[in-house]
Amino acid sequence: MTQQSSRLLLVAALLVVGLSAARHFLVPKTFGQRGHYRAAAVDAIEKLPIRYAGREACALCHTEIVAMHGKARHQSVSCEVCHGPAAAHTEAPTDIKPPAPRTRGYCPLCHGYDPTRPTGFPQIDPVTHNPVKACISCHNPHAPEPPHTPEECGACHGQIARSKAVSRHAQLPCVQCHNTPEQHKITPRLVHPEKPRNREFCGGCHAQDARSPKEILRIDMQSHNSRYLCWQCHYPHQPEGD
Amino acid sequence: MDDPKRNSPCSEPPASESRREFLHTFSLAAPLLLLGLRISAVEALAAEPEAAYNARDHYYGMGIDVSKCIGCGRCADACKNENDVPREPYYFRTWVERYVIGADGETDVDSPNGGIGGFTSKTPDKEILRTFFVPKLCNQCTDPPCVQVCPVGATFATEDGVVLVDNDYCIGCRYCIQACPYGARFLDPRTKTANKCTFCYHRVTKGLLPACVEVCPTGARVFGDLKQRNSPLARFTRFNKIMTLKPHLNTKPKVFYAQLDEEVR
Amino acid sequence: MDPLQEVLRQVTGYIYPNEVELHWGLLVVVYPYLTGLVAGAFILASLVRIFDVKEVQPTYRLALLTALAYLIVAPLALLLHLGHPERSFEIFLTPNFHSAMAMFGFVYAWYLMVVLLLEIWLDYRKDMVLWAKKETGLLRWTHLVLTLGATDISPNSLRFDRSASRFITLIGIPSAFLLHGYVGFIFGSVKANPWWSSVLIPVVFLFSAIVSGIALMLLIYFLSTLLRGKPVDMPCMDKLATFLFYALVVDFSLEMLDFIHRLYEAEESIHILSQLVFSRLFLSLIILQAFLGTVVPLILLGSVSPALRRKGILKLPEELRRLLYAGAAILIQIGIFSTRWNVVIGGQLFSKSLRGLTTYKMQLMGLEGLFTSAFLLLLPVLVLLLLIYILPPWAESEQHVETPAGD
Repeated sequence: MTQQSSRLLLVAALLVVGLSAARHFLVPKTFGQRGHYRAAAVDAIEKLPIRYAGREACALCHTEIVAMHGKARHQSVSCEVCHGPAAAHTEAPTDIKPPAPRTRGYCPLCHGYDPTRPTGFPQIDPVTHNPVKACISCHNPHAPEPPHTPEECGACHGQIARSKAVSRHAQLPCVQCHNTPEQHKITPRLVHPEKPRNREFCGGCHAQDARSPKEILRIDMQSHNSRYLCWQCHYPHQPEGD
Repeated sequence: MDDPKRNSPCSEPPASESRREFLHTFSLAAPLLLLGLRISAVEALAAEPEAAYNARDHYYGMGIDVSKCIGCGRCADACKNENDVPREPYYFRTWVERYVIGADGETDVDSPNGGIGGFTSKTPDKEILRTFFVPKLCNQCTDPPCVQVCPVGATFATEDGVVLVDNDYCIGCRYCIQACPYGARFLDPRTKTANKCTFCYHRVTKGLLPACVEVCPTGARVFGDLKQRNSPLARFTRFNKIMTLKPHLNTKPKVFYAQLDEEVR
Repeated sequence: MDPLQEVLRQVTGYIYPNEVELHWGLLVVVYPYLTGLVAGAFILASLVRIFDVKEVQPTYRLALLTALAYLIVAPLALLLHLGHPERSFEIFLTPNFHSAMAMFGFVYAWYLMVVLLLEIWLDYRKDMVLWAKKETGLLRWTHLVLTLGATDISPNSLRFDRSASRFITLIGIPSAFLLHGYVGFIFGSVKANPWWSSVLIPVVFLFSAIVSGIALMLLIYFLSTLLRGKPVDMPCMDKLATFLFYALVVDFSLEMLDFIHRLYEAEESIHILSQLVFSRLFLSLIILQAFLGTVVPLILLGSVSPALRRKGILKLPEELRRLLYAGAAILIQIGIFSTRWNVVIGGQLFSKSLRGLTTYKMQLMGLEGLFTSAFLLLLPVLVLLLLIYILPPWAESEQHVETPAGD
C-alpha cells in the first residue's frame, strides 16, 4: 500500500471513531424508542398545563346552573365559551373566579347579524336591537329564551328577510307561503314551517286565470317549463334574479 | 352522569346557600385539600389513575361541519389561551376563514386575526351566491409531508395519530413549514422552533377534548377516536359526505370536512 | 413598526394567516448561489482532467481552490439562518433518511471530503512536499501537516497520485452533479408548493450552477491575471467563453421548457403564478434573470466568442473581447443570483391557498439582513486569497521533481 493510501485510511479511521463516539455521547437516550424521535418529548408534551377545565368539571359544583343550562337553548355552548378558561378556578375555587361577560360587546360575537352565518341561526342587529341595554337584562345567558317570542321571521332568518325585503315579493308576509305553527318560534328545530309542494301553489297568483292583483306577472302554467317545480329556477325570496 | 358530589369539596348540604356558606367558611381548606390530595377537579374526571394511557389504543381525528360554523372565533381564541400561542396575528394553530362567493363567480376569502374577535370587517359588497365559514387547523395527516422532510426527527407522528414537535430538538430550519400544504405551521418567535396544533395532546391523553372543540358553541367541531365505533366522530363520518383538503396531494388528512365547498383550498 | 405588520398591510388577496412571515429569506437565497458556484467551478476543472481540454488548463487549480473556498463558506449561510444553529449537528447524529435536507448533509460532506479535499490533496501533495523543503516557519509546518506525512515523491508514488486523482475526478463529476441537483431536489420535492414542485428544478439548478461556475472562473481568472500583471491567456478565455455559451444555451432551453410546460398544462396554480411573475417578480425575473442574465449574455457570447464561428461572428480585438466576456460573466452572476431569488423568495410570495400574494421585507441589519449576506458573498473571495497563499495555483509555483527525488 502506498504511503498516501495508508495516511488517508488513517484519517478515515479517525473520523469514523470520532463520529461513533460523538453519536454515543450526543444522541439523546430516548431517541428511537418509539420511532425516529425523542420519546421523552411526548412525555414532556403530555405534561403541559391545562387551562380549560371542560364542562364536566363545572357540573361537579354548579349543579343547578348546569341542569338549567342543559335543558335550554345554550346547551351546546360550554361554560368556558363565555366564562373563559377555568381550570385554575377548579384548583382554587374561592380565590380565582372566572369572569362573566355582562356587556353588549360579547354576545354579538355569535349573535350579531352576518350573512355568512347559517340561515336560521338566531341573529340580531346589535345597533338597533334594544340599544344600550345589556343583553342579560332580557336574556338569561344560561337559558336564553327571548322574553317574548319573535314576531318577525327575520329575527332568526335574517338573510332571507333582507333578500325578500328588496325583491318583488317584499309585500308578501312569510306566512303567505309558509304555514308556520306557533310552536316553531319556541322550539324551532322540532317543529318546522310548511313549504309549498307543487306548481299550482305559485299558480295561485301567477297563472293566467288566477284571481290576483293585475300587476302580478303571469305565465302559462301548461307550457312554461312544465317539467320543473317553480323554485327549481326561481328563488322565491328574490324571484327576479336573471 | 356521575354523582356530581363525588370527589368534590362541595359534598355537603344540597341547598345552594349552605354550599356557599361552606365554601366561604372553609375557603382556605378547599384548595389545601385539593393540593393535599393532588387531585384537581379536572384530573378527577379524567381516566382512572391506575389505567396508564396506551397510545396504541387510540387514533385521533376531527370532524368539521362547515354548515354549523358561525365564525365566532371562540375556537381560535381558546386555542391561543390553552396553548400559550403568541397573540400577534401571524401565529395560529387554528383559524377560521370566511368565503363569500358572489353571483358574479368571484370568491373573496378573509381571516382577520384568524377570526378571533369575529368578522367585524364588512362582508364584501356584492350579490352573494353562497357564503360560509371554514375552520382550519393542522390536518394531522396520516402521511404527513412535514414529518417526511424534517432533517433531524424533531417532528413526528405519535402512535395515536397526532403529529407533534419536539421543541428541545428542533433546529429551526423551517423545512416543515414549507412542506405543509395547509399553512398549519409557524415558527414560534420565542423558542425559534416550529409550532402547530397538537390536537391539545396534553388534554386528549387525559380524556379531555381539545380546547377548540370544547368551546365551539354550535358543535361544528367534533373530536373522536377513529379506533372507537361509538364516538361522535364515527357518527359524523357515517352521516355526512366527507371531504378532506387538497386530496390530490395524498397526505391522508385526519380532519374531515362535511359540507365542504369546492372553492375551499 | 413591526416588519410583519408592514407585510400584512401589503398583502393582496388572501393568504393563510401563518404565511405572513416569510420563512426562507436572503440567507437561503445566498446558500444555493454559493453551492452552485462550487459545482460549476468543479465541473469546469473536471473538463480539464477528463476531457483533456488543454486550453483551460491554467484554470484547473484555481477552479479547485475556488470550489473549496465557496464550499467552506456556504454552510455558514445555513447556520446563520437556523433557529438553533447549536443543534445543527443533530443532522449528522439522527438524520431522517426520508428528508432531502438531511441526506444533503451527507452528500455535502461526501463531496467536501471524498471529492474536493482529496482531489486537491492528491494534486498538490508533491508540491507541498517540495515547497516545505525550501520554506521556514508557519508556512512550512502548514504544508508538512497538510501532506499528512505522506512525503514519498518517487515516480511510483507520483503515478499513484495521478491515477488516484483521475479516479476521484471521475466520481467527482457525478458527485458535483448530485451536489447541486440535490439542492434543486430539496425544493423540487415539496409537493405543497406548485412553484417549486417540478421534475425540472434539479436539472435547471444544476445547469444554472454550471453556468454561474464557469462565469465565475472566467472572472476570477481574468482578474487574477490582471492583478498579477501577467498576460492574459486568450485561448483560455475564448474556451471558457465558448463553454459558457453552450452551458447557457442548455440552461436557457431548460428554463424555456419549464415555462412553456407550465403555460400549456395551465394547472390550477397558473393564475396566481402568472400574477406572481408579472407583479412581484417582474424586476427580478423578467428583467434581471431572463433579459439581462440570459438573453443579453447569449447574444454577447454568441456573437463574440468562437462558439458559433471559429473567429466569432463579430471579429473583435482581444482587449474588447475579454472585456465583453467579463461583462457577460458579471451579468450572468446577477442573473443566476436572481434565479435563486426567484425560486426561493418567489415560491413564498404567493399563498398556498392560491388566492393571494405577499411581500418580502428585506432587512438591512441583523443576521437575515443585506449586510450579512453581502459579507457572505465576499467572504469566499477572502478565503480564496488565503488558499492561494497556502496553495499557490499558478503555473510558475508548480514544482518539478528533479531526478532522482530524495525523501
